[in-house]
Amino acid sequence: MDVSIFHVLGPVMIGPSSSHTAGAAKLARTARAIAQKPFHHVSFGLHGSFAKTYKGHGTDKALVAGALDISEKDERLTDSFELAKKAGLDYDFYETDLGDVHENSVKFTFAFEDGTIMEVVGSSVGGGEIVIRKINDFAINLSATLPSIIIKQYDTKGVLSDITRVFAKHDINIATMSVSRTTKGEKALCIIESDSPISDAVGDQLREVKNVIDVMILNLISEEDEDV
Amino acid sequence: MYNNIRELLDMCESEDMPLWKAVVENEKKLSDTSEEQIFETMAKRYEIMTAAAKRQLGTSPNPSKTMINGLAKGQFVHAQTGGLSGSFLNRVMAYALSCSEVNASMGKICAAPTAGSCGILPAVMVGVAEERMLDQDTVYRGLITAAGIGAVITQNATVSGAEGGCQAECGVAAGMAAAAVVEMLGGTPRQSATACSLALVNVMGLVCDPVAGLVQIPCAQRNASQAVNAIISADMALAGMPCIIPPDEVIDAMYQVGRMLPCALKETALGGIAATPTGKKIFRSFFSD
Repeated sequence: MDVSIFHVLGPVMIGPSSSHTAGAAKLARTARAIAQKPFHHVSFGLHGSFAKTYKGHGTDKALVAGALDISEKDERLTDSFELAKKAGLDYDFYETDLGDVHENSVKFTFAFEDGTIMEVVGSSVGGGEIVIRKINDFAINLSATLPSIIIKQYDTKGVLSDITRVFAKHDINIATMSVSRTTKGEKALCIIESDSPISDAVGDQLREVKNVIDVMILNLISEEDEDV
Repeated sequence: MYNNIRELLDMCESEDMPLWKAVVENEKKLSDTSEEQIFETMAKRYEIMTAAAKRQLGTSPNPSKTMINGLAKGQFVHAQTGGLSGSFLNRVMAYALSCSEVNASMGKICAAPTAGSCGILPAVMVGVAEERMLDQDTVYRGLITAAGIGAVITQNATVSGAEGGCQAECGVAAGMAAAAVVEMLGGTPRQSATACSLALVNVMGLVCDPVAGLVQIPCAQRNASQAVNAIISADMALAGMPCIIPPDEVIDAMYQVGRMLPCALKETALGGIAATPTGKKIFRSFFSD
């Protein structure tokens, strides 16, 4: 039997819908973690079922809560609009067509203090589970159920072996690894999922690897690890 | 270990272990955890379930909040008079309605197995534990039994309303709760599985038709009625009633029926009571602004 009993009796969450409320909050919280630096505005582009039914399921409140790093299990989720006001975070919602993606998908646009923006597209795929599909122009497939690291690098020979060497040195097992690029020889994205949390020291060392441009570490706590 | 109910029962019977124990052994391996840790986590989940089952019992109706606000209180007050089906069943229904109200008003719940069906297992567990004065460990063993059965159904069929209709959400919750009651009241593993089968048979084909697409009507009523289904199915199994069709075949039949149901009857709010003139009117009043 491959299904955990705590997957059946769970998740513990704020209602009413695991996909439209809990999953939406988790998706926004993951997108926030990918954004990495402080942002003052976030736009939520709602696709499919999210665009049609978000009000009745509190999807809007859940998304704002996630953008504030409030978990899908935290009762403050319901007050997220007021909490955003206090935190000085602006937001807006609009309906959009993201093409051939899951019914419950969102395009996040984070606006940073320095005038730059970042776009993240993700889906709430049911039962509170999520998948990140796109970071800026890079198509990816990240469920964030394991500690993950996202590395932006130049698409050159040898860069991946330099990256994996850092993992070996820190005795971290790589569970999955995927690479995507927009154009040959230009920027590429490498996503590595690991069985154990990834320390900042690993991130620092990866940043020193030749041809690595940027490193993001996502140690999002999975449900089983949380105190519920 | 096991991949279906038959193998689970074989394991219990050949090693002379209760159903909950077999489930614990599997979970220990699967999640690399200990029996103590499993019980601790289950205790935390049960605390959340109990809080949701009780929270709305004294809350007066307030239609500006949700369409189902106040239903639990009404049923709980009625339970004190005994009603027709007795104070126990009326209380169980009130607990289930309370969970549904908490869920609809963005309160904290534990999905069991889904958010829409989150009232059934808590209502049955809290109600039976009070009625029979069961200790906490007995309740946790019941919850493990329920979850173990639910895990098999999740793996071999579906617990999603969008995929299998209400029978897959509230029906499975009733099946899980029925199995738990039999375990808590001293029935055999086979009787637990039979209770689950009977609950599923009783609700085979039930459609998922939420008014305005919201997890409120008829979800709250189905939580209440399926909690009662769990209890009567457990009673039938404890009386020695067999389910002529083996549990795995019943689960597969439920899955096949779910696949046969048209999309309009699977959470899309395009059929059933959602598609009635009044259902459509409510939909427009929510989403027309």
